[in-house]
Amino acid sequence: MAGGARIDASGWGWRHSGRKRWAVSDLSVVIEPGERVLVLGASGAGKSTLLAGIAGLLGGEDEGESSGHLLVDGVDARAARGRTGLVLQDPDAAAVFSRVGDDVAFGCENLGVDREEIWRRVRRSLDAVGLRVPLERRTDALSGGEKQRLAIAGVLAMEPGAILLDEPTANLDPSGVLEVRDAIERAVVAEGTTLLVVEHRTEVWADLMTRVIVLDADGGVLADGPPLTVFEQEGEGLAAAGVWVPGRSIDLPLAVPGDMAGTAALSATRLAIGRPGAPVVRTDLEIEIATGRSTVVVGENGAGKSTLALTLAGLIPERSGSVVAAEPLAGRRGRRPSHWSSRELLTRIGTVFQDPEHQFLSATVRDELAVGPLALGLGRAETDRRVDEMLEVLGLDRLALANPFTLSGGQKRRLSVGTVLAAGPSVMVLDEPTFGQDRASWIRLVALLQQEVRTGATVVAVTHDQGVVQHLGQSILDLGSGAGDRAPQRRAA
Amino acid sequence: MIAAPARVPETRRDVFLDGVNPVSKILAMIVLSIPLLLTIDWVSSTVAIAIELALVPVCGVAFADVLRRCVPLLAFAPIAGVSMLLYAEPGGRVYARFLLATVSDDSIALAIAVALRVLALGLPTILLFSRVDATELADALAQVGRLPARFVLGVVAGVRLLGLFLEDWRSMELARRARGVGDSGALRRFFSMAFVMLVFAVRRGSKLATAMEARGFGTDAPRTWARPSTLSWRDAVFLLGCLAVMGAAIGSAVASGSFRFVGS
Repeated sequence: MAGGARIDASGWGWRHSGRKRWAVSDLSVVIEPGERVLVLGASGAGKSTLLAGIAGLLGGEDEGESSGHLLVDGVDARAARGRTGLVLQDPDAAAVFSRVGDDVAFGCENLGVDREEIWRRVRRSLDAVGLRVPLERRTDALSGGEKQRLAIAGVLAMEPGAILLDEPTANLDPSGVLEVRDAIERAVVAEGTTLLVVEHRTEVWADLMTRVIVLDADGGVLADGPPLTVFEQEGEGLAAAGVWVPGRSIDLPLAVPGDMAGTAALSATRLAIGRPGAPVVRTDLEIEIATGRSTVVVGENGAGKSTLALTLAGLIPERSGSVVAAEPLAGRRGRRPSHWSSRELLTRIGTVFQDPEHQFLSATVRDELAVGPLALGLGRAETDRRVDEMLEVLGLDRLALANPFTLSGGQKRRLSVGTVLAAGPSVMVLDEPTFGQDRASWIRLVALLQQEVRTGATVVAVTHDQGVVQHLGQSILDLGSGAGDRAPQRRAA
Repeated sequence: MIAAPARVPETRRDVFLDGVNPVSKILAMIVLSIPLLLTIDWVSSTVAIAIELALVPVCGVAFADVLRRCVPLLAFAPIAGVSMLLYAEPGGRVYARFLLATVSDDSIALAIAVALRVLALGLPTILLFSRVDATELADALAQVGRLPARFVLGVVAGVRLLGLFLEDWRSMELARRARGVGDSGALRRFFSMAFVMLVFAVRRGSKLATAMEARGFGTDAPRTWARPSTLSWRDAVFLLGCLAVMGAAIGSAVASGSFRFVGS
């Protein structure tokens, strides 16, 4: 490799066209070859914009306006494309081709690398990220962690002087996070490649980094230095801004595992689950969800957690066996949630989907929260009362008239939880409620769910997040590693 | 460090047709369909279908698959036939009349010819393109067909997103049931979901475009191709073969005296 790239910003700024505010302004910083930099800052501080700028993706007058200059190895970043490689947050959106080998080769092709050299590099980069699958393997058959490593391999194959990672582990389970981190360590440290990482979850990356730069939302740099120094001096402010500062505990009560006595809100016997039209993923599940408590469902990717959540919530039919709700919840067609009508489901079991956008129906936050109450026929006055209450609890009152699709990730997630709470269901089923949340919105969300449990709701949360297990795991259902595995185990928190 | 051996992955060459460039297959489609579009008699299409079916083994598609993929054709062919049967210009002996519909010798002959023609036009597509994947097609269109790389690769990447849209759609259906609006108003629900899908499509599309640009796509630098796509003697043999199939089909129609141009 040609060694690390030097990045030099002086007075650099960028304003997206159509926006009043500058996404980044007045940034002056020099990153020497081989430095490994963690880029932090509150949401909206312009971290992603900075990476896109270094990657040379911000150009053209129709896209926005720039100021100052941003150089990669002394050349304007836009002219140095290929000298830097950017990996985006969502690995699903990043694969271009349907086969692993072709996808890794794509970047090299664009750089005009010779054919033989391309395939040499493809194998070398797949090795470097530890992705040992045949080149013909389909990209959509990879797990989340594997997809992200594939994206990194695609960038490594371009042999860039700087690798830029934009929240590379936000959408991954804990083992996926480690896979990606180790892959980066192997591939980058040895080659002396310059590395810039934007990531909320700092504890994973802190020890790999030589430097932390904190961007100020009002322009320029808030803090800059070795990780330990910055975390010590700026820890408080960073935590308040939503950054997961290593070693800072969360001020919420821990979940206390209690006795399992009491009635079951939902119970499954000899249950086999699978999505309609897809193979059965688990069989012979025996599950009891205790009333008025919070249960977390854990297990590796592919263990069938999401499918179980959808089945328990009555959204997809059981493949065999049955899910039965407690007697007081019975609907017109009996006690099985999958037989209930959509409206019956509304007051009994509410579901929060993995991607909040899938469940939005309205043009404003306010209307979105009103959907459930109106479907229940509560009338305008009662609906307004509930909606106002939810807006305040969720901290979305100032955004009541905004379009749900324009909210930030954390706000969208809170809204999707709010739409469920507004209908007041007895049971809530949540799929990965804390995916990709910064610290501030994480705390808000978990506190909200704890409050629901205290007031008598039953909460079931599918999660990879140890924090959620600690704070909501009054009982824990472990689905293990997938099909053919032992029966799910209940363990004490 | 020992460099890994540079080896360009081999393309599958199980059957003759796998060695034929997709661009030749597109040319073949033209060769195999234009004569059938210009003529209308039952002999030429019957001969074409017979020869094409005889060639199934070198195409590498299992007979069962051919049959399965033919289902839409088999459903459509009779519909096309029936309309000819009832509404074609009457001639010869008349068997039945009903309002504007007339069944006669001529309309029966035309109905059979049209139904066979639908099959004869559809079958080559199934035989030639069942084993071509999007990546191979893109390589061929760009390297052999000389279409712009931007266009070709953009389309290939876009096609890959279709699977994600299907998942989006399913999740949205479930979410609507969960939110208490899944019991009635199916039509309205469909349109509201279709609108959200459009939003998703635009968003995913622009994300993918950024991901491609982040890997150096769309610069002015000359691009190389990791997978070669070339023409060989196989393509010549293949195209001559296709011409021969058509020659045999039209020839037998002329020989049997049933040859007939469209409109004559």
